[in-house]
Amino acid sequence: MGSLDFKAPLEREKEDADVVAYNTRRGMQMFIVYVLFYGGFMAVSSFWPQVMSLPVIGGVNLAIVSGFALIVLALILALMYMKICRKSAK
Amino acid sequence: MIHDTSFMAVMIFLFFAGTVLGISFFLGRKAKSASGYFAAGGGIHWAVNGIAFAGDYLSAASFLGICGMIAFYGYDGFLYSIGYLAGWIVALFIIAEPLKRLGRFTFADALDNKYNSRGIKLAAAISTLVVSCFYLIPQMVGAGALVQPLLGFPHYVGVIVVGCIVTFIVTTAGMVSTTWVQFIKGSLLVILCTILTILLLARGVTTQPTTPDGEPRYIAARDVTEAQLPGTILPQEGDWVGTPFVQVRSEEGIVTVWRLEADGTYTETQSLTVMPDGSKMVNGLPRGKGEGEADLYPVGYASELPGGVEETGPVSPWEFLRTMQDSEVILWRTQKLTAGEVTTTVYYQKPTSGDDFMAPGSSPTFSKVRSPKLFDKLDFLSLMLALFCGTASLPHILIRYYTVKDQVSARKSTVVGIAAIGFFYVLTLYLGLGAMTSGALDVTDSNMSAPLLARSFGELLFAVISAIAFTTVLGTVSGLIMAASGAVAHDLMTNVMKFKLDEFQKVRAAKGAAVAVGAIAIVLGILFAKMNVNFLVGWAFNIAASANLPALVMLLFWKRTTKQGITTAIIVGMVSSLGWILLSAQAFKDVYGLDPANAIVPFSQPAIVTIPLGFLVLIVVSLLTPKPIALTTEERAAADAM
Repeated sequence: MGSLDFKAPLEREKEDADVVAYNTRRGMQMFIVYVLFYGGFMAVSSFWPQVMSLPVIGGVNLAIVSGFALIVLALILALMYMKICRKSAK
Repeated sequence: MIHDTSFMAVMIFLFFAGTVLGISFFLGRKAKSASGYFAAGGGIHWAVNGIAFAGDYLSAASFLGICGMIAFYGYDGFLYSIGYLAGWIVALFIIAEPLKRLGRFTFADALDNKYNSRGIKLAAAISTLVVSCFYLIPQMVGAGALVQPLLGFPHYVGVIVVGCIVTFIVTTAGMVSTTWVQFIKGSLLVILCTILTILLLARGVTTQPTTPDGEPRYIAARDVTEAQLPGTILPQEGDWVGTPFVQVRSEEGIVTVWRLEADGTYTETQSLTVMPDGSKMVNGLPRGKGEGEADLYPVGYASELPGGVEETGPVSPWEFLRTMQDSEVILWRTQKLTAGEVTTTVYYQKPTSGDDFMAPGSSPTFSKVRSPKLFDKLDFLSLMLALFCGTASLPHILIRYYTVKDQVSARKSTVVGIAAIGFFYVLTLYLGLGAMTSGALDVTDSNMSAPLLARSFGELLFAVISAIAFTTVLGTVSGLIMAASGAVAHDLMTNVMKFKLDEFQKVRAAKGAAVAVGAIAIVLGILFAKMNVNFLVGWAFNIAASANLPALVMLLFWKRTTKQGITTAIIVGMVSSLGWILLSAQAFKDVYGLDPANAIVPFSQPAIVTIPLGFLVLIVVSLLTPKPIALTTEERAAADAM
């Protein structure tokens, strides 16, 4: 059973503290952007549900449009984040 | 409904199951190390890991529960899709990279990285087990719901079959086989659901749904006058008194149930009556498919389309949504009535306008958002908060970050996961609304809506979709059992109890734990057979978010966090959310069979109370305990080697 490596030392990734701090800051900014949209969606759905029935784009109501928008926004922010994140030097 | 066994479905299912087991067996011969068993050796490509994220996350609840809820109630089911997807934002921006940086095999590894505390390991391991068990229940219930129409076996057989296959997958090659099963399942699920959606849009919406053979579906009678009823109205007894439901006995002695509407006309219902001797009657006849027997018929159609047309023909994705919004659909609701020892479940028609079901608040779960009282809205807000915070707290999702080589790969795989999962959740809206008007719904089982939508296009698609749904369960359950077995073998046995096991024994312990968790999952799946799988997943998210998120976030962003603070926050978050759920109206109604009005807590979803409570407890306990001292490099290395 020599190949079992339960106690093999863990190889930790080398990382630049500045890069980690930069990426964390950018991630936090994007997180806040999304939270604002998600929070707005929750607030309108809870406190003004009748507004969600109003047609907004091509006759489709705000409930559907905002739901789709939250899904698309998540993907856009994710792609932006992947683009702007920095890598630690090898 | 009694579903006919589909030979084709059985064949495709056996093919899928055989493929999955074959992959597991093949990979099991290659992956022998602990690192391989728990984390696939950290060698999974980020793109594969991203799709495996989708395969891990898109559970029976996503596929069966959300589609079922949309098919039965409309937009409210889509709220789950939005919440589940939004949770990935927390995972990507807050959790992914630090977790990959800090952890090794399990969620507890990351939490305990700075402290080397047995208390943290114990609390995190227990939390992992509790969340995994709660998440396992709906997956197993979904498996049982699928196998009934697929193979013609009872619910419990489906649960046992899934439990055994998944246990085999996990015990053969651990995270390696689990990853590939999830990758295959995630890919197939998204592809097949896309095909189903395209077919749905090509068919459009109709007021006269037909079978795949072109035969018109049965349309239940409406606007029937008293003189047109098929017999005489019987006097009301027991629970029936004061309800709009009447029993009508025909000249042949067949008793059917009708609903008196506000305009004085009657509408036809379906009824399932359980007699004192346990026998069942459907619509006044013995339940069955033979001569002189009856079965509940499939339902779901648009009663009015925009412009008064009978069918729309092919529609674009946007037109489909607008059409549904401007239509009236016959939805079905349920009421249980007892008279003496005879209990009748009545399924009755409820014409509902698109304006109503395409906006929040049309389902019993979220109906209170339309209440003017602030307090009534807390249930909805709490659930949406739990879904947002829960994803990044689910142990079986978190451990997937250890299967890639570095933080960049963790980030990339999360983005791929978000793309696949987001696209799938958009499809759930189409699948659910399509099922609502497919004429194929089973009034007794919302979880079967998506496979039955597929059946409305033909047996082949039904067989393939059912088999995919079955592998959906396999993928998620294998991830959950992996997380639970890691918590037992790595966290509890090795790190907390300090068992002196050799390497072989440690891996074997993990496999033994997987077998035990698999057995528990089977039992729970049978016990909770009747619950909507989506609601159960909501509970799992609540517990995960309350127990794990405060600890994870504060560990990353507050240097004053102490090991005592983390341990206490996990325990308080877990116990408070679990206790809240067990004392809620939903548990009273669905688990204990008691009057929900007697529930102890004011609303069913605890996250809005218990997540802040977890943060508060962590802050207070951390401030009351000594400042943490960072481990030295040597101490860190020693902890890693454990």
